Amino acid sequence: LRKNVEDFTGPRERSDLGFVTFDITADILNGKNGLQIIFDWNVKQLFLYLSAEYSTKNNALNQVVLWDKIMLRGDNPRLSLKDMKSKYFFFDDGNGLKGNRNITLTLSWNVVPNAGILPLVTGSGHVSVPFPDTYETTKSY
Amino acid sequence: AGPAGPSSAGAGGGAAMDLFGDLRRMNKRQGSLYYQVLNFAMIVSSALMIWKGLIVVTGSESPIVVVLSGSMEPAFHRGDLLFLTNFHDDPIRAGEIVVFKVEGRDIPIVHRVIKVHEKGNGNIKFLTKGDNNEVDDRGLYKEGQNWLEKKDVVGRARGFLPYVGMVTIIMNDYPKFKYALLAVMGAYVLLKRES
Repeated sequence: LRKNVEDFTGPRERSDLGFVTFDITADILNGKNGLQIIFDWNVKQLFLYLSAEYSTKNNALNQVVLWDKIMLRGDNPRLSLKDMKSKYFFFDDGNGLKGNRNITLTLSWNVVPNAGILPLVTGSGHVSVPFPDTYETTKSY
Repeated sequence: AGPAGPSSAGAGGGAAMDLFGDLRRMNKRQGSLYYQVLNFAMIVSSALMIWKGLIVVTGSESPIVVVLSGSMEPAFHRGDLLFLTNFHDDPIRAGEIVVFKVEGRDIPIVHRVIKVHEKGNGNIKFLTKGDNNEVDDRGLYKEGQNWLEKKDVVGRARGFLPYVGMVTIIMNDYPKFKYALLAVMGAYVLLKRES
């Protein structure tokens, strides 16, 4: 599981807004990355999501889902996404993104069975992303 | 009427007669309205005890809910049944499926947590969105409310069964069906008594 990111922050009203672009390469069926064969007869779909987790002065823990995807049984289990923009606005609750060196991006998924338990699994790879100290005003996204 | 069972040969005869006598007495009693009412009351209390027990064990005020809308498709459809827990120490994390009630409204909503901001003291606020919806749930919250809090949570979805909850939805949407069902059940009980 590999993710590469570049990023910059932009000011938006009172809260920091982060912009992140990323690549995701994942092979759901391949046991090598720690993801065992998940799509058995009782798996209806996987709800995959990329979340950013970080701490700020305002809040001890923040989690923001940047992107998600529904993968039905039968869909191509290999993900090879490049230069993805976050699907949802990465707003902080305050101004905690500026200069924040330690934003961790993790890929997780919710297994939805045909019937039974609904587990939430976190992928083994995760990437740390630092935000710069200044706001970017001119870059288009 | 007293026991009048057939006598059996041998030493066990006395005991056998008593047994038959008891059976006869029970049969007569089973026909009585008193017994039937007691039986019914016991079934109802057991059901109530199991439900209340579930509430205590799961920590949720409503541990079993029926999915009412299609906003979480294709994971959940209208009529699916969800099993919830609401343990106090369970933190609310992005990606979890929660069932919550908007302040002042009765209807529980099943959606996914997409943003979490938690303070050091445990104070937590979060945002939800249905998988099948384009936008987050801010439009569903109360006027001026931008975040949900722990107190709004009915529980976290831990398990699910498809279709089973459809009966509840049918009974809700078609009250005539509910009355018909009750009439059939009542008729069955009465008829059983007659025979």
